[in-house]
Amino acid sequence: MLIRRRWEALTEVAIELLIRLCGISAILFVFGIFFFVFREGSGFLFHGFKFLEFFGSTEWYPTSQSHVRYGVLALIAGTASVTALAMLIAVPFGIGAAIFISEFCGSRLKETLKITIEMLAAIPSVVWGFIGLTLMNPLIMKLFGAPIGLNVLNGGLILALMSLPIIVSVGEDALKAVPDSYREAALALGVTRWQLVYRVLLPAAKNGLLAAVLLGVGRAVGETMAVLMATGHAVKIPASLLDSVRTLTATIAAELGEAPVHSEHYQVLFIIGILLFMITFVVNLTAYLFVRGIRGK
Amino acid sequence: MSTVAPSIFSIETKDLNLWYGSFQALKNVSVNIRHGQISALIGPSGCGKTTLLRCFNRINESYGYVTTKGEIKILGQNIYTPDTSLIELRKAVGMVFQRPNPLPISIYENVVFGLRIHSSYGTLKKSKLDDAVEKALREVSLWDGLKDRLHTRATTLQLEQQQKLCIARLLPLKPEIILMDEPCSALDTEATLGIEELMLSLAGRYTMLIVTHNMAQARRVSQECAFMLLGEVVEHARTEDLFLTPREPRTADYIEGRYG
Repeated sequence: MLIRRRWEALTEVAIELLIRLCGISAILFVFGIFFFVFREGSGFLFHGFKFLEFFGSTEWYPTSQSHVRYGVLALIAGTASVTALAMLIAVPFGIGAAIFISEFCGSRLKETLKITIEMLAAIPSVVWGFIGLTLMNPLIMKLFGAPIGLNVLNGGLILALMSLPIIVSVGEDALKAVPDSYREAALALGVTRWQLVYRVLLPAAKNGLLAAVLLGVGRAVGETMAVLMATGHAVKIPASLLDSVRTLTATIAAELGEAPVHSEHYQVLFIIGILLFMITFVVNLTAYLFVRGIRGK
Repeated sequence: MSTVAPSIFSIETKDLNLWYGSFQALKNVSVNIRHGQISALIGPSGCGKTTLLRCFNRINESYGYVTTKGEIKILGQNIYTPDTSLIELRKAVGMVFQRPNPLPISIYENVVFGLRIHSSYGTLKKSKLDDAVEKALREVSLWDGLKDRLHTRATTLQLEQQQKLCIARLLPLKPEIILMDEPCSALDTEATLGIEELMLSLAGRYTMLIVTHNMAQARRVSQECAFMLLGEVVEHARTEDLFLTPREPRTADYIEGRYG
């Protein structure tokens, strides 16, 4: 009897330890990845790396024989332009869809819509890239008379569709978190459904909605394969929606395979990785702080 | 809602039946609520008193699976005709809820919320809003305590103040009827007393209908009382008569605490 109890206590401790390890592992992985990326880029970062050229120049010639230049301004502009266009499209649609799902539709339609939107999130990014390459490319050439359809417009549309699911689902959660007592109070005072949305729900859920948008931004900034295929690979600051661009992520994906390991070029690509890591970290942290804001109240 | 009710009743129902899905929550309810008085609805949990109350501003319908049959006249007008304006109905019939539910905006904005939603953009002058706030808060005796912090969040007030604010925000819309759904059940005894005093001070100007679990409260504040059981109105009489000489044995049993 006594021995058996001791054995049970022992397994209890072992299981608790195991579960604790699983929980902590997430932190370990994040720091591990950051450490790895930083280590790969650090050699050049501290010896010979020119900050001014890196952030201020649009000249990206990593493989030039005579004069190597690593200016990522055009790449930043590429990421920024595609992300901005994507958000311009995805935010109104996403928040609108969240409002419709949370406030205006019946329970059956709600379930259907939620499942469909989650399926949208499950489409692999290479498939999105494929759509950009084979479907949107000729369509944009035909509609706008552009010489090539792989450009900001194409990438922005695809990224909009890709970041829509997260905006809708987080936005819907934010609206759902608004207590029903607010809805009742407003309805009993005679608001119309639309007044309820913009007078009560949007102000009450604004932090959560902002978090939804920021998570969408994070998704768009970090996306690689789809933009690699859809934006046309031109390192320059775009002057119109029909210009081709290249993003930070696409540059890493396209060039890392050809850069000799531990060469300068290789290390600069890792520095771009650090930059991306920091952008998404800041965006996600801000989103998290906003979400915590709604719960804290 | 523009015509003045010729009748002495503010609320009249005739053969009102209501179903939530297939469950019948109200059965042939015919009850008339006198103008300018405080009336109480009492009865055990699940007897339909809150359901009945929520018919009078049609807020029941936000659930979506509710069927209503029969007639309800508010201020002489049938409110279940297709051309009834829910917005006008809810302006005339205010509601106070079980838990105080001020909106998460300032005290000032809570009081003028009704005016804002019912006026077209740009027609409201600041002086008019200021007056409305002062008048409404004076009526619920919150003005002296809160006049210096009208722009703090309403959700930071004490519960009693919150509930009074919820009453105050109805007043700028000049309601005829105020429905109260257990307005004191979330409050302590002192706050309850405060709300009851407020109700008595508002009586006469507004028709008030209050749902309560608390029989002593019904005796303290109401002039008429209706006892409900299993979706029916068993007895409706002057409060003293109902408590002292109930006609129905079921009423007597409930009042004496044999069930409920």
